[in-house]
Amino acid sequence: MPDSALVDSILVLPFGDFPEAVSYFVAGKVEERFGRAAHVLEPVALPEETFVPARSQYSSTLLLRYILARIPKTESSVIGLTDVDLCTPVLAFVFGQAQLGGRAAVVSTHRLHQEYYGLPHNDAVLLERLGKEVVHELGHTCGMVHCQERRCVMYFSNSIREVDAKQDTFCPPCARLASATL
Amino acid sequence: MRSKPRILIVDDELIIRESLTDWLMESGYEAQAVEDGQKAVEQVKQAEWDLLLVDLKMQGMNGIEVMQRVKQINKDLPVVIITGYPTVDTAVQAMKEGAYDYIVKPFNPEEIDLVIRNVVAHQKLVKENVYLRQELKRRYQFRDIVGKSRKMQELLVLLKTVAKSNSTVLIQGESGTGKELIARAIHDTSPRHKGPFVAVSCAALPETLLESELFGHVKGAFTGAVSARKGKFELADTGTLFLDEVGDTSPKTQAGLLRVLEEREFTRIGGSEATKVDVRVISATNKDLEQLVSRGQFRDDLLYRLNVVTITVPPLRERPEDIPLLAEHFLTKYSIENKKDIESFAAEALDLLMRYEWPGNVRELENVVERAVVVAMTSVIAPAELPDIVTGESAPVKRAAPEAEGHELPLREVEKRHIMRVLHAVSWNVKEAATKLGIDRTTLYNRLKKHGIQRPKP
Repeated sequence: MPDSALVDSILVLPFGDFPEAVSYFVAGKVEERFGRAAHVLEPVALPEETFVPARSQYSSTLLLRYILARIPKTESSVIGLTDVDLCTPVLAFVFGQAQLGGRAAVVSTHRLHQEYYGLPHNDAVLLERLGKEVVHELGHTCGMVHCQERRCVMYFSNSIREVDAKQDTFCPPCARLASATL
Repeated sequence: MRSKPRILIVDDELIIRESLTDWLMESGYEAQAVEDGQKAVEQVKQAEWDLLLVDLKMQGMNGIEVMQRVKQINKDLPVVIITGYPTVDTAVQAMKEGAYDYIVKPFNPEEIDLVIRNVVAHQKLVKENVYLRQELKRRYQFRDIVGKSRKMQELLVLLKTVAKSNSTVLIQGESGTGKELIARAIHDTSPRHKGPFVAVSCAALPETLLESELFGHVKGAFTGAVSARKGKFELADTGTLFLDEVGDTSPKTQAGLLRVLEEREFTRIGGSEATKVDVRVISATNKDLEQLVSRGQFRDDLLYRLNVVTITVPPLRERPEDIPLLAEHFLTKYSIENKKDIESFAAEALDLLMRYEWPGNVRELENVVERAVVVAMTSVIAPAELPDIVTGESAPVKRAAPEAEGHELPLREVEKRHIMRVLHAVSWNVKEAATKLGIDRTTLYNRLKKHGIQRPKP
């Protein structure tokens, strides 16, 4: 990199042993929602410096910084994928984080699994939730902020119930904003 | 309110500032962060904010101190204290000092989101409230004159028109209706507002002193006139002279007044030279001057000079819809004066104010509210904080009082209540009350004793 074929596309960067099939699912969802080519990159090891011992979680803020440092400045957006539990210095946990109007975003499946809530494993539920969070975080990289419409993918989900309640699509005003930005 | 609520973050840790700013901006807020209390104070002075998120533990000023400082600048600005080291003591202290909320880092996303939404909704209500109060003031207040009743609205329209002119004005109305306030409002909004406003109470002085007060005197004009002295007409030159209780002037003084009004000049007592003055005269009376003219107690030519424009101020009992507005106006005034944070009247207290007849008019209402503010123990004025005469404990002078509708009162009781009402209206000035009742002071004292009426404790 930089590879000219990747410019203007969206890059999917899996961390650690994040399942390859899930990375490709994400790429497909991104292409469907943003109308841009998506490329799955080679997985990279989760950087240890992003671990926060006091909280036994990983810092999504530091992970974003790592992604930005690793991916050269192109017009591409990058979505990192991990299954570790993410937090920020101020929030106890996050499903994901993004640079508002920037290039990088990251999403964790840790709290999207049914098992996290004591329920049996369910791939369909996991992928549905992951698709919503990926579109949400990439929406932020397009400069979009949280939407008040509960069904809109840009609605801020504080809990898994709210993730499940929203759709993986933009409400009409957000859709207009997204198409103007993309 | 602006479309995006503005949030100021105060935290000495860079990573917290960045992280919180990013999250708030993602959430659609306008966020800015500063690293210490001094910078926060500067920001609050310079710009308008909807919420302050302040870290408790910081170098220099701590979060509580920052909150105290910004509350001195804007007491309505909500402050949420954030801390990574929660203790019950600090939480209690933060709330006692006026924090809107206290939240612990790292935040549960649901909690911080809810707190911010609540603050923003609360701020919206506060701002709407301020706007509505200003609107109320704009529509129903002219200077210090308050009233939304049709009679007062008509009066305010007339006042604004009269203020622009230079005409002589006669203000008629019962005691305590605010005649001097109206005279001042006319002066303050007239082209003469840069000149002096001089008030004289014609009833307060005996005839000779009043003449000297109005026209001044030369040295040696009378015993005790050891030096020359300017009168109120001279002092009011280029401004406005307010003659209160003009109906109480003697024929001689009336003649002197007529001369000034006709010729715009007067002579000091004991002097021989006429002095020219440029004075607008506004007079006031609680008497029926037409009636005094017909009895020969007031000069008709003077009346015609004085009443070029007549303003009649309605008594408070004829405009009960103004009572809540006036009560609130005085509540705000005396809360500020007494440095108390009193917000409103309890519904029962307001109901009592509405039902009382107010024989002493607005002045009496003002006194009652001032007293209530002084004695109030909470932020809401309760019925217990109103004087007995208003609550009906001592003399039920009320509109539609049950006994007035259904029963005839014994003469003795009628007398007692009438005396109480007059005394209250004149703030227990026995001499004034006796004059109003048409009896001498000794008789009044005897009646007080007979009815067991005692001056209420302040």
